[in-house]
Amino acid sequence: MSELASLTAAQAAERVRAGELSPRELFDFYRERAASEDLNAFLWVAEEAPEVPADAPLGGVPLGVKDLFCVEDVPSCAASRILEGYRPPYTATAVRKLAEAGAPMLGKTNMDEFAMGSSNENSAFGPVKNPWDHTRVPGGSSGGSAAAVAAGLVPWAIGTDTGGSIRQPAALCGIVGLKPTYGAVSRYGMIAFASSLDQAGPLTRDVTDCALLLRHMVGRDPNDATSVGLPEEVRLPTAERLDGLRFGVPPELTGEGIEPGVREVFEQTLKLIEELGGAVEEVRLPHAGHGISAYYVLAPAEASANLARYDGIRFGRRAEDFDDLLSLYERTRAEGFGPEVKRRIMLGTYALSSGYYEAYYGRAQKVRTKIAEDFRHAFERVDLIVTPTSPTVAFKLGERTGDPLAMYLSDYCTVPMPLAGIPAISIPGGLSEGLPVGIQLAGPAFSENRILDAAYALEQAIGFEGGPWRG
Amino acid sequence: MIDRDQVLHVARLARLALTDEEVERMSTELSSILDHIEKINELDDLHEAEPTSHVVALENVLRADEPRPSWPRERMLAEAPDAAEHGFRVPSPGA
Repeated sequence: MSELASLTAAQAAERVRAGELSPRELFDFYRERAASEDLNAFLWVAEEAPEVPADAPLGGVPLGVKDLFCVEDVPSCAASRILEGYRPPYTATAVRKLAEAGAPMLGKTNMDEFAMGSSNENSAFGPVKNPWDHTRVPGGSSGGSAAAVAAGLVPWAIGTDTGGSIRQPAALCGIVGLKPTYGAVSRYGMIAFASSLDQAGPLTRDVTDCALLLRHMVGRDPNDATSVGLPEEVRLPTAERLDGLRFGVPPELTGEGIEPGVREVFEQTLKLIEELGGAVEEVRLPHAGHGISAYYVLAPAEASANLARYDGIRFGRRAEDFDDLLSLYERTRAEGFGPEVKRRIMLGTYALSSGYYEAYYGRAQKVRTKIAEDFRHAFERVDLIVTPTSPTVAFKLGERTGDPLAMYLSDYCTVPMPLAGIPAISIPGGLSEGLPVGIQLAGPAFSENRILDAAYALEQAIGFEGGPWRG
Repeated sequence: MIDRDQVLHVARLARLALTDEEVERMSTELSSILDHIEKINELDDLHEAEPTSHVVALENVLRADEPRPSWPRERMLAEAPDAAEHGFRVPSPGA
Protein backbone atom coordinates (compact mmCIF):
# COMPACT_ATOMS: atom_id res chain seq x y z
CA MET A 1 0.00 0.00 0.00
CA SER A 2 1.21 3.49 -0.81
CA GLU A 3 2.79 5.54 1.90
CA LEU A 4 0.03 8.13 1.37
CA ALA A 5 -2.58 5.69 2.68
CA SER A 6 -0.75 5.29 5.97
CA LEU A 7 -0.97 8.99 6.85
CA THR A 8 -3.67 10.08 9.27
CA ALA A 9 -5.84 12.95 8.04
CA ALA A 10 -4.03 15.42 10.31
CA GLN A 11 -0.66 14.26 8.95
CA ALA A 12 -1.88 14.53 5.36
CA ALA A 13 -3.25 18.03 6.02
CA GLU A 14 0.12 19.01 7.50
CA ARG A 15 1.94 17.81 4.35
CA VAL A 16 -0.42 19.80 2.16
CA ARG A 17 0.07 22.95 4.20
CA ALA A 18 3.86 22.47 4.06
CA GLY A 19 3.65 22.33 0.27
CA GLU A 20 4.88 18.71 0.12
CA LEU A 21 1.63 17.27 -1.20
CA SER A 22 -1.01 18.71 -3.50
CA PRO A 23 -4.66 18.38 -2.51
CA ARG A 24 -5.38 17.11 -6.02
CA GLU A 25 -2.84 14.31 -5.71
CA LEU A 26 -4.36 13.32 -2.38
CA PHE A 27 -7.91 13.44 -3.73
CA ASP A 28 -7.06 11.45 -6.86
CA PHE A 29 -5.26 8.82 -4.81
CA TYR A 30 -8.34 8.23 -2.64
CA ARG A 31 -10.76 8.63 -5.54
CA GLU A 32 -9.02 5.72 -7.22
CA ARG A 33 -9.23 3.62 -4.06
CA ALA A 34 -12.87 4.45 -3.35
CA ALA A 35 -13.93 3.80 -6.96
CA SER A 36 -12.38 0.33 -7.04
CA GLU A 37 -13.20 -0.94 -3.53
CA ASP A 38 -14.73 -4.36 -2.85
CA LEU A 39 -16.47 -3.73 0.49
CA ASN A 40 -19.58 -1.99 -0.94
CA ALA A 41 -18.71 0.92 1.35
CA PHE A 42 -19.42 3.63 -1.22
CA LEU A 43 -22.70 4.31 -3.02
CA TRP A 44 -21.35 7.20 -5.07
CA VAL A 45 -17.84 8.54 -5.70
CA ALA A 46 -17.00 12.07 -6.93
CA GLU A 47 -15.54 12.36 -10.43
CA GLU A 48 -13.31 15.34 -9.88
CA ALA A 49 -11.30 16.97 -7.14
CA PRO A 50 -12.86 20.28 -6.09
CA GLU A 51 -10.73 23.40 -5.72
CA VAL A 52 -9.41 23.78 -2.17
CA PRO A 53 -7.74 27.01 -1.00
CA ALA A 54 -4.08 26.39 -0.09
CA ASP A 55 -4.51 27.70 3.45
CA ALA A 56 -7.67 25.73 4.30
CA PRO A 57 -7.25 24.33 7.81
CA LEU A 58 -8.22 20.79 6.75
CA GLY A 59 -5.78 20.84 3.84
CA GLY A 60 -8.05 19.33 1.19
CA VAL A 61 -8.12 15.94 2.92
CA PRO A 62 -11.12 14.19 1.32
CA LEU A 63 -14.15 13.15 3.37
CA GLY A 64 -16.54 10.20 3.25
CA VAL A 65 -20.13 11.36 3.76
CA LYS A 66 -22.87 9.02 4.96
CA ASP A 67 -25.64 8.84 2.39
CA LEU A 68 -27.98 10.35 4.99
CA PHE A 69 -26.58 13.84 4.38
CA CYS A 70 -28.16 15.86 1.58
CA VAL A 71 -25.63 17.23 -0.91
CA GLU A 72 -26.78 19.56 -3.66
CA ASP A 73 -27.30 17.76 -6.98
CA VAL A 74 -25.59 14.58 -5.69
CA PRO A 75 -27.62 11.38 -5.19
CA SER A 76 -28.66 11.35 -1.51
CA CYS A 77 -31.08 8.60 -0.63
CA ALA A 78 -30.27 7.32 2.89
CA ALA A 79 -29.69 3.92 1.23
CA SER A 80 -33.43 3.63 0.53
CA ARG A 81 -35.23 2.69 -2.69
CA ILE A 82 -37.89 5.24 -1.88
CA LEU A 83 -35.35 8.05 -2.46
CA GLU A 84 -33.50 6.38 -5.32
CA GLY A 85 -32.34 9.02 -7.79
CA TYR A 86 -33.18 11.90 -5.46
CA ARG A 87 -30.81 14.83 -5.91
CA PRO A 88 -31.38 17.41 -3.19
CA PRO A 89 -31.49 21.11 -4.04
CA TYR A 90 -29.31 21.99 -1.05
CA THR A 91 -26.35 20.78 1.04
CA ALA A 92 -26.37 19.77 4.71
CA THR A 93 -24.72 22.36 6.96
CA ALA A 94 -22.14 19.90 8.37
CA VAL A 95 -21.01 18.91 4.86
CA ARG A 96 -20.89 22.53 3.72
CA LYS A 97 -18.87 23.64 6.75
CA LEU A 98 -16.35 20.82 6.29
CA ALA A 99 -15.98 21.55 2.56
CA GLU A 100 -15.36 25.22 3.38
CA ALA A 101 -12.73 24.21 5.96
CA GLY A 102 -10.94 22.12 3.34
CA ALA A 103 -12.43 18.62 3.63
CA PRO A 104 -14.16 18.11 0.26
CA MET A 105 -16.54 15.20 -0.19
CA LEU A 106 -14.98 12.13 -1.80
CA GLY A 107 -18.21 10.14 -1.93
CA LYS A 108 -21.40 8.98 -0.28
CA THR A 109 -21.06 5.98 2.01
CA ASN A 110 -23.40 3.04 2.43
CA MET A 111 -25.56 2.69 5.54
CA ASP A 112 -28.58 0.92 6.98
CA GLU A 113 -31.69 2.29 5.27
CA PHE A 114 -32.69 5.55 7.01
CA ALA A 115 -30.03 4.74 9.65
CA MET A 116 -32.15 1.92 11.06
CA GLY A 117 -29.86 -0.95 11.88
CA SER A 118 -26.73 -2.14 13.66
CA SER A 119 -25.08 -4.18 10.91
CA ASN A 120 -25.47 -2.29 7.62
CA GLU A 121 -27.45 -5.27 6.33
CA ASN A 122 -30.56 -3.11 5.96
CA SER A 123 -29.17 -1.07 3.07
CA ALA A 124 -31.28 -1.28 -0.10
CA PHE A 125 -27.95 -1.42 -1.94
CA GLY A 126 -26.55 -4.46 -0.18
CA PRO A 127 -24.52 -5.01 2.97
CA VAL A 128 -21.03 -3.64 3.63
CA LYS A 129 -18.21 -6.02 4.50
CA ASN A 130 -15.99 -5.53 7.52
CA PRO A 131 -12.46 -4.88 6.22
CA TRP A 132 -10.99 -6.99 9.07
CA ASP A 133 -12.96 -10.04 7.95
CA HIS A 134 -15.13 -9.97 4.85
CA THR A 135 -17.56 -12.52 6.28
CA ARG A 136 -18.51 -10.13 9.10
CA VAL A 137 -20.60 -6.99 9.42
CA PRO A 138 -19.01 -3.56 9.86
CA GLY A 139 -21.73 -2.51 12.32
CA GLY A 140 -24.29 0.13 11.63
CA SER A 141 -25.90 2.25 10.78
CA SER A 142 -22.81 4.23 9.64
CA GLY A 143 -21.20 0.99 8.43
CA GLY A 144 -19.99 2.33 5.08
CA SER A 145 -18.24 5.29 6.71
CA ALA A 146 -16.58 3.07 9.32
CA ALA A 147 -15.48 0.38 6.85
CA ALA A 148 -14.16 2.99 4.39
CA VAL A 149 -12.02 4.67 7.07
CA ALA A 150 -10.78 1.35 8.48
CA ALA A 151 -9.85 0.06 5.03
CA GLY A 152 -8.03 3.24 4.05
CA LEU A 153 -10.49 4.05 1.25
CA VAL A 154 -10.88 7.55 2.66
CA PRO A 155 -8.87 9.39 5.35
CA TRP A 156 -11.92 10.28 7.44
CA ALA A 157 -15.69 10.31 7.30
CA ILE A 158 -18.84 11.58 8.94
CA GLY A 159 -21.83 9.61 10.11
CA THR A 160 -24.85 10.02 12.33
CA ASP A 161 -25.67 8.45 15.68
CA THR A 162 -29.20 7.97 17.01
CA GLY A 163 -28.68 4.96 19.29
CA GLY A 164 -25.05 4.08 18.59
CA SER A 165 -24.77 4.38 14.81
CA ILE A 166 -21.35 6.10 14.90
CA ARG A 167 -19.82 4.44 17.96
CA GLN A 168 -20.80 0.80 17.33
CA PRO A 169 -19.49 0.61 13.71
CA ALA A 170 -16.35 2.49 14.81
CA ALA A 171 -15.86 -0.18 17.49
CA LEU A 172 -16.47 -3.09 15.13
CA CYS A 173 -14.07 -1.66 12.52
CA GLY A 174 -11.29 -0.66 14.94
CA ILE A 175 -11.45 3.12 14.45
CA VAL A 176 -12.51 6.19 16.45
CA GLY A 177 -16.09 7.50 16.38
CA LEU A 178 -17.66 10.31 18.38
CA LYS A 179 -21.29 11.21 18.99
CA PRO A 180 -21.33 14.86 20.07
CA THR A 181 -23.69 16.48 22.58
CA TYR A 182 -27.17 16.86 21.09
CA GLY A 183 -27.23 20.27 19.38
CA ALA A 184 -23.45 20.60 18.93
CA VAL A 185 -23.71 19.95 15.18
CA SER A 186 -26.50 21.24 12.94
CA ARG A 187 -28.98 18.62 11.73
CA TYR A 188 -29.94 20.77 8.72
CA GLY A 189 -29.82 18.59 5.62
CA MET A 190 -29.67 15.31 7.51
CA ILE A 191 -32.44 13.00 6.35
CA ALA A 192 -34.36 12.68 9.62
CA PHE A 193 -34.76 9.40 11.51
CA ALA A 194 -35.50 10.34 15.16
CA SER A 195 -35.08 14.09 15.44
CA SER A 196 -34.73 14.31 19.22
CA LEU A 197 -31.80 11.83 19.13
CA ASP A 198 -30.04 12.21 15.75
CA GLN A 199 -26.60 13.79 15.89
CA ALA A 200 -23.77 13.93 13.33
CA GLY A 201 -20.16 13.20 14.21
CA PRO A 202 -16.73 12.08 12.96
CA LEU A 203 -15.38 8.58 12.19
CA THR A 204 -11.58 8.72 12.02
CA ARG A 205 -8.34 6.76 12.26
CA ASP A 206 -7.31 8.34 15.55
CA VAL A 207 -8.41 10.74 18.28
CA THR A 208 -6.48 13.71 16.87
CA ASP A 209 -8.28 13.40 13.52
CA CYS A 210 -11.55 13.12 15.44
CA ALA A 211 -10.92 16.39 17.29
CA LEU A 212 -9.80 18.16 14.12
CA LEU A 213 -12.89 17.12 12.16
CA LEU A 214 -15.27 17.84 15.04
CA ARG A 215 -13.81 21.35 15.47
CA HIS A 216 -15.02 22.27 12.00
CA MET A 217 -18.43 20.56 12.20
CA VAL A 218 -19.87 22.17 15.31
CA GLY A 219 -21.73 25.44 15.57
CA ARG A 220 -25.11 27.06 15.89
CA ASP A 221 -27.00 27.14 12.61
CA PRO A 222 -29.97 29.40 11.88
CA ASN A 223 -31.38 26.54 9.78
CA ASP A 224 -31.58 24.21 12.81
CA ALA A 225 -33.30 25.86 15.77
CA THR A 226 -32.13 23.04 18.08
CA SER A 227 -28.45 23.60 17.29
CA VAL A 228 -26.41 25.31 19.99
CA GLY A 229 -22.77 24.62 19.07
CA LEU A 230 -20.16 24.07 21.78
CA PRO A 231 -19.23 26.61 24.48
CA GLU A 232 -15.50 26.42 23.68
CA GLU A 233 -13.42 25.55 20.63
CA VAL A 234 -12.55 21.88 20.20
CA ARG A 235 -8.85 21.58 21.15
CA LEU A 236 -6.42 19.14 19.65
CA PRO A 237 -5.80 16.74 22.55
CA THR A 238 -2.34 16.54 24.13
CA ALA A 239 -2.95 14.85 27.51
CA GLU A 240 -0.57 12.03 28.34
CA ARG A 241 -1.86 11.32 31.84
CA LEU A 242 -5.24 10.90 33.47
CA ASP A 243 -4.24 12.26 36.88
CA GLY A 244 -7.18 13.55 38.88
CA LEU A 245 -9.80 12.15 36.51
CA ARG A 246 -12.44 9.84 38.00
CA PHE A 247 -13.86 7.11 35.76
CA GLY A 248 -17.19 5.50 36.59
CA VAL A 249 -17.96 1.91 35.64
CA PRO A 250 -21.73 1.28 35.60
CA PRO A 251 -22.59 -2.37 36.37
CA GLU A 252 -25.82 -1.96 34.36
CA LEU A 253 -23.83 -1.60 31.12
CA THR A 254 -20.81 -3.75 31.87
CA GLY A 255 -22.27 -6.92 33.38
CA GLU A 256 -24.18 -9.79 31.88
CA GLY A 257 -24.14 -9.95 28.08
CA ILE A 258 -20.59 -8.69 27.52
CA GLU A 259 -18.74 -11.54 25.80
CA PRO A 260 -15.54 -12.76 27.54
CA GLY A 261 -13.05 -11.45 24.96
CA VAL A 262 -14.59 -7.98 25.11
CA ARG A 263 -14.61 -8.09 28.91
CA GLU A 264 -10.91 -8.94 28.93
CA VAL A 265 -10.00 -5.92 26.79
CA PHE A 266 -12.30 -3.74 28.91
CA GLU A 267 -10.62 -4.85 32.13
CA GLN A 268 -7.16 -4.26 30.67
CA THR A 269 -8.31 -0.75 29.77
CA LEU A 270 -9.45 -0.09 33.36
CA LYS A 271 -5.97 -1.15 34.56
CA LEU A 272 -4.37 1.19 32.03
CA ILE A 273 -6.57 4.05 33.26
CA GLU A 274 -5.25 3.49 36.77
CA GLU A 275 -1.65 3.23 35.56
CA LEU A 276 -2.12 6.62 33.87
CA GLY A 277 -3.23 8.17 37.16
CA GLY A 278 -7.00 7.94 36.74
CA ALA A 279 -9.30 6.63 39.45
CA VAL A 280 -11.82 3.89 38.65
CA GLU A 281 -14.94 3.37 40.73
CA GLU A 282 -18.35 1.80 40.37
CA VAL A 283 -21.20 4.18 39.62
CA ARG A 284 -24.86 3.24 39.33
CA LEU A 285 -27.13 4.06 36.38
CA PRO A 286 -30.24 2.31 37.71
CA HIS A 287 -32.43 3.01 34.65
CA ALA A 288 -29.82 2.50 31.92
CA GLY A 289 -30.81 -1.14 31.56
CA HIS A 290 -34.20 0.08 30.33
CA GLY A 291 -32.58 2.22 27.63
CA ILE A 292 -33.31 -0.26 24.84
CA SER A 293 -37.00 -0.41 25.76
CA ALA A 294 -37.37 3.38 25.87
CA TYR A 295 -35.32 3.80 22.72
CA TYR A 296 -37.34 1.29 20.70
CA VAL A 297 -40.50 3.20 21.53
CA LEU A 298 -39.22 6.74 21.07
CA ALA A 299 -37.03 6.31 17.97
CA PRO A 300 -39.66 4.36 15.94
CA ALA A 301 -42.38 6.79 17.10
CA GLU A 302 -40.40 9.75 15.79
CA ALA A 303 -39.43 7.80 12.68
CA SER A 304 -43.04 6.95 11.89
CA ALA A 305 -43.81 10.68 11.84
CA ASN A 306 -40.62 11.71 10.00
CA LEU A 307 -41.08 9.07 7.30
CA ALA A 308 -44.69 10.09 6.64
CA ARG A 309 -43.27 12.52 4.08
CA TYR A 310 -42.32 9.70 1.70
CA ASP A 311 -45.61 9.48 -0.10
CA GLY A 312 -44.63 9.40 -3.77
CA ILE A 313 -45.88 12.92 -4.46
CA ARG A 314 -43.10 15.50 -4.15
CA PHE A 315 -39.84 13.58 -4.55
CA GLY A 316 -38.40 10.10 -4.77
CA ARG A 317 -40.14 7.03 -6.01
CA ARG A 318 -43.82 6.46 -6.86
CA ALA A 319 -45.49 3.08 -7.39
CA GLU A 320 -46.58 2.55 -10.96
CA ASP A 321 -49.76 0.66 -10.16
CA PHE A 322 -52.44 2.34 -8.08
CA ASP A 323 -56.18 2.84 -8.10
CA ASP A 324 -56.59 6.03 -6.14
CA LEU A 325 -54.66 8.41 -3.90
CA LEU A 326 -54.73 6.10 -0.88
CA SER A 327 -53.41 3.13 -2.81
CA LEU A 328 -50.75 5.36 -4.37
CA TYR A 329 -49.49 6.12 -0.86
CA GLU A 330 -49.75 2.56 0.40
CA ARG A 331 -48.10 0.90 -2.59
CA THR A 332 -45.37 3.52 -2.98
CA ARG A 333 -44.40 2.95 0.64
CA ALA A 334 -44.73 -0.83 0.37
CA GLU A 335 -42.37 -0.90 -2.61
CA GLY A 336 -39.98 1.80 -1.42
CA PHE A 337 -39.26 0.79 2.20
CA GLY A 338 -37.26 -2.25 3.27
CA PRO A 339 -38.37 -4.72 5.96
CA GLU A 340 -36.65 -3.05 8.94
CA VAL A 341 -38.01 0.40 8.03
CA LYS A 342 -41.51 -1.05 7.73
CA ARG A 343 -41.10 -2.78 11.08
CA ARG A 344 -40.12 0.47 12.79
CA ILE A 345 -42.86 2.48 11.13
CA MET A 346 -45.35 -0.13 12.36
CA LEU A 347 -43.87 -0.18 15.86
CA GLY A 348 -43.86 3.63 16.08
CA THR A 349 -47.35 4.00 14.66
CA TYR A 350 -48.64 1.41 17.13
CA ALA A 351 -46.93 3.15 20.06
CA LEU A 352 -48.51 6.47 19.09
CA SER A 353 -51.95 5.09 18.27
CA SER A 354 -55.05 5.88 20.27
CA GLY A 355 -55.28 3.84 23.44
CA TYR A 356 -51.56 2.96 23.56
CA TYR A 357 -49.91 6.39 23.51
CA GLU A 358 -49.62 6.85 27.29
CA ALA A 359 -48.61 3.25 27.99
CA TYR A 360 -45.75 3.30 25.50
CA TYR A 361 -44.71 6.76 24.32
CA GLY A 362 -45.60 8.66 27.49
CA ARG A 363 -43.92 6.08 29.69
CA ALA A 364 -40.80 5.88 27.52
CA GLN A 365 -40.39 9.66 27.73
CA LYS A 366 -40.42 9.35 31.52
CA VAL A 367 -37.82 6.59 31.41
CA ARG A 368 -35.77 8.96 29.29
CA THR A 369 -35.98 11.57 32.05
CA LYS A 370 -34.83 9.01 34.63
CA ILE A 371 -31.89 7.92 32.46
CA ALA A 372 -30.79 11.56 32.08
CA GLU A 373 -31.10 12.00 35.87
CA ASP A 374 -28.99 8.87 36.45
CA PHE A 375 -26.21 10.37 34.33
CA ARG A 376 -26.48 13.73 36.12
CA HIS A 377 -26.12 12.03 39.50
CA ALA A 378 -23.23 9.89 38.25
CA PHE A 379 -21.37 12.94 36.93
CA GLU A 380 -21.54 14.51 40.39
CA ARG A 381 -19.16 11.73 41.47
CA VAL A 382 -17.14 10.91 38.34
CA ASP A 383 -15.79 12.87 35.37
CA LEU A 384 -16.33 10.21 32.72
CA ILE A 385 -18.16 6.91 32.35
CA VAL A 386 -16.37 4.00 30.72
CA THR A 387 -17.98 0.90 29.17
CA PRO A 388 -17.40 -1.44 26.25
CA THR A 389 -18.97 0.11 23.13
CA SER A 390 -20.46 -3.13 21.87
CA PRO A 391 -21.06 -6.29 23.90
CA THR A 392 -19.53 -8.38 21.10
CA VAL A 393 -16.97 -8.06 18.34
CA ALA A 394 -18.17 -7.86 14.71
CA PHE A 395 -20.67 -10.66 14.10
CA LYS A 396 -21.13 -12.73 10.95
CA LEU A 397 -23.14 -11.39 8.02
CA GLY A 398 -26.62 -12.88 8.30
CA GLU A 399 -26.18 -14.00 11.92
CA ARG A 400 -28.81 -11.70 13.44
CA THR A 401 -30.99 -10.77 10.45
CA GLY A 402 -33.66 -13.31 11.39
CA ASP A 403 -34.14 -11.94 14.90
CA PRO A 404 -34.85 -8.19 15.09
CA LEU A 405 -34.85 -8.15 18.89
CA ALA A 406 -31.37 -9.73 19.08
CA MET A 407 -30.16 -7.05 16.67
CA TYR A 408 -31.72 -4.30 18.82
CA LEU A 409 -30.09 -5.64 21.97
CA SER A 410 -26.63 -5.24 20.42
CA ASP A 411 -27.07 -1.47 21.05
CA TYR A 412 -27.55 -1.61 24.79
CA CYS A 413 -24.23 0.02 25.75
CA THR A 414 -24.68 2.95 23.35
CA VAL A 415 -28.42 3.74 23.55
CA PRO A 416 -28.53 5.50 26.97
CA MET A 417 -26.23 8.38 25.90
CA PRO A 418 -28.35 9.80 23.08
CA LEU A 419 -31.43 9.40 25.27
CA ALA A 420 -29.68 11.78 27.72
CA GLY A 421 -28.22 13.93 24.92
CA ILE A 422 -24.65 13.47 26.20
CA PRO A 423 -21.45 12.99 24.16
CA ALA A 424 -19.52 9.72 23.93
CA ILE A 425 -16.56 8.40 21.97
CA SER A 426 -15.49 4.90 20.97
CA ILE A 427 -11.79 4.12 20.59
CA PRO A 428 -10.11 0.80 19.78
CA GLY A 429 -9.06 -0.88 23.01
CA GLY A 430 -7.47 -4.03 21.64
CA LEU A 431 -8.31 -7.25 19.85
CA SER A 432 -10.38 -10.27 20.71
CA GLU A 433 -10.02 -13.27 18.40
CA GLY A 434 -8.26 -10.98 15.93
CA LEU A 435 -11.16 -8.51 15.81
CA PRO A 436 -11.26 -4.99 17.28
CA VAL A 437 -12.95 -4.19 20.58
CA GLY A 438 -14.23 -0.65 21.19
CA ILE A 439 -14.03 1.20 24.51
CA GLN A 440 -16.63 3.89 25.13
CA LEU A 441 -16.04 7.07 27.15
CA ALA A 442 -19.06 9.26 27.93
CA GLY A 443 -19.14 12.62 29.68
CA PRO A 444 -21.63 15.32 30.65
CA ALA A 445 -23.21 17.52 27.97
CA PHE A 446 -20.61 19.76 26.25
CA SER A 447 -17.61 17.89 27.72
CA GLU A 448 -16.17 16.98 24.29
CA ASN A 449 -12.72 18.41 25.13
CA ARG A 450 -12.51 16.36 28.32
CA ILE A 451 -13.56 13.20 26.46
CA LEU A 452 -11.07 13.81 23.64
CA ASP A 453 -8.21 14.48 26.07
CA ALA A 454 -8.87 11.29 28.04
CA ALA A 455 -9.37 9.27 24.84
CA TYR A 456 -6.08 10.60 23.49
CA ALA A 457 -4.11 9.68 26.62
CA LEU A 458 -5.65 6.21 26.56
CA GLU A 459 -5.01 5.84 22.84
CA GLN A 460 -1.30 6.56 23.32
CA ALA A 461 -1.08 4.05 26.18
CA ILE A 462 -3.05 1.35 24.34
CA GLY A 463 -0.93 1.76 21.22
CA PHE A 464 -3.49 -0.01 19.01
CA GLU A 465 -1.50 -1.04 15.96
CA GLY A 466 -3.79 -3.28 13.96
CA GLY A 467 -5.97 -2.05 11.16
CA PRO A 468 -6.40 -2.73 7.49
CA TRP A 469 -5.59 0.91 6.62
CA ARG A 470 -2.10 0.49 8.07
CA GLY A 471 -1.47 -2.07 5.33
CA MET B 1 -49.73 -10.04 21.54
CA ILE B 2 -50.52 -8.08 18.39
CA ASP B 3 -53.05 -9.96 16.31
CA ARG B 4 -53.68 -9.84 12.60
CA ASP B 5 -56.48 -7.25 12.85
CA GLN B 6 -54.31 -4.93 14.90
CA VAL B 7 -51.48 -5.24 12.38
CA LEU B 8 -53.87 -4.35 9.56
CA HIS B 9 -55.28 -1.41 11.52
CA VAL B 10 -51.79 0.00 12.24
CA ALA B 11 -50.67 -0.59 8.63
CA ARG B 12 -53.70 1.42 7.49
CA LEU B 13 -52.76 4.27 9.83
CA ALA B 14 -49.18 4.14 8.54
CA ARG B 15 -50.29 4.02 4.88
CA LEU B 16 -48.40 0.79 4.27
CA ALA B 17 -49.70 -2.01 2.06
CA LEU B 18 -48.55 -5.33 3.55
CA THR B 19 -48.62 -8.75 1.94
CA ASP B 20 -50.28 -11.61 3.86
CA GLU B 21 -46.86 -12.98 4.64
CA GLU B 22 -45.73 -9.59 6.00
CA VAL B 23 -48.84 -9.37 8.17
CA GLU B 24 -48.06 -12.74 9.73
CA ARG B 25 -44.41 -11.91 10.31
CA MET B 26 -45.19 -8.44 11.66
CA SER B 27 -47.60 -9.92 14.17
CA THR B 28 -44.93 -12.28 15.58
CA GLU B 29 -42.04 -9.81 15.47
CA LEU B 30 -43.89 -6.83 16.93
CA SER B 31 -45.24 -9.03 19.72
CA SER B 32 -41.76 -10.16 20.72
CA ILE B 33 -40.36 -6.61 20.58
CA LEU B 34 -43.29 -5.23 22.60
CA ASP B 35 -42.82 -7.98 25.20
CA HIS B 36 -39.30 -6.70 25.73
CA ILE B 37 -40.40 -3.05 25.75
CA GLU B 38 -43.02 -3.81 28.39
CA LYS B 39 -40.23 -4.41 30.89
CA ILE B 40 -40.44 -0.66 31.53
CA ASN B 41 -43.68 -1.47 33.35
CA GLU B 42 -41.50 -2.99 36.08
CA LEU B 43 -40.27 0.51 36.95
CA ASP B 44 -42.22 1.88 39.91
CA ASP B 45 -40.53 5.29 40.19
CA LEU B 46 -41.91 6.97 37.09
CA HIS B 47 -45.00 8.63 38.58
CA GLU B 48 -43.15 11.79 39.59
CA ALA B 49 -40.95 11.96 36.47
CA GLU B 50 -41.66 14.61 33.85
CA PRO B 51 -41.58 13.32 30.27
CA THR B 52 -38.50 14.42 28.28
CA SER B 53 -39.22 15.64 24.78
CA HIS B 54 -35.99 17.62 24.37
CA VAL B 55 -32.66 17.05 26.11
CA VAL B 56 -31.04 20.48 25.88
CA ALA B 57 -32.62 23.38 27.78
CA LEU B 58 -33.60 25.89 25.11
CA GLU B 59 -35.59 29.10 25.26
CA ASN B 60 -37.67 30.02 22.24
CA VAL B 61 -35.40 30.34 19.23
CA LEU B 62 -36.67 33.19 17.09
CA ARG B 63 -35.44 34.92 13.98
CA ALA B 64 -36.34 38.27 12.46
CA ASP B 65 -39.56 37.96 10.46
CA GLU B 66 -38.08 39.15 7.18
CA PRO B 67 -39.13 38.00 3.72
CA ARG B 68 -36.55 36.00 1.80
CA PRO B 69 -36.65 34.16 -1.50
CA SER B 70 -37.98 30.63 -1.45
CA TRP B 71 -36.63 27.76 -3.53
CA PRO B 72 -37.29 28.13 -7.27
CA ARG B 73 -40.51 26.34 -8.20
CA GLU B 74 -38.99 24.48 -11.17
CA ARG B 75 -36.12 23.11 -9.05
CA MET B 76 -38.62 21.76 -6.52
CA LEU B 77 -40.78 20.20 -9.19
CA ALA B 78 -37.71 18.62 -10.82
CA GLU B 79 -37.68 15.92 -8.11
CA ALA B 80 -41.38 15.07 -8.40
CA PRO B 81 -42.38 11.73 -9.94
CA ASP B 82 -45.23 13.42 -11.81
CA ALA B 83 -45.14 17.20 -12.21
CA ALA B 84 -47.64 18.99 -14.40
CA GLU B 85 -48.70 22.61 -14.92
CA HIS B 86 -46.38 23.96 -12.21
CA GLY B 87 -47.70 21.52 -9.63
CA PHE B 88 -47.63 17.95 -8.33
CA ARG B 89 -50.11 15.73 -10.18
CA VAL B 90 -51.98 13.19 -8.06
CA PRO B 91 -54.95 10.93 -8.74
CA SER B 92 -58.26 12.16 -7.45
CA PRO B 93 -58.73 11.19 -3.79
CA GLY B 94 -62.20 9.90 -4.67
CA ALA B 95 -61.26 8.08 -7.87
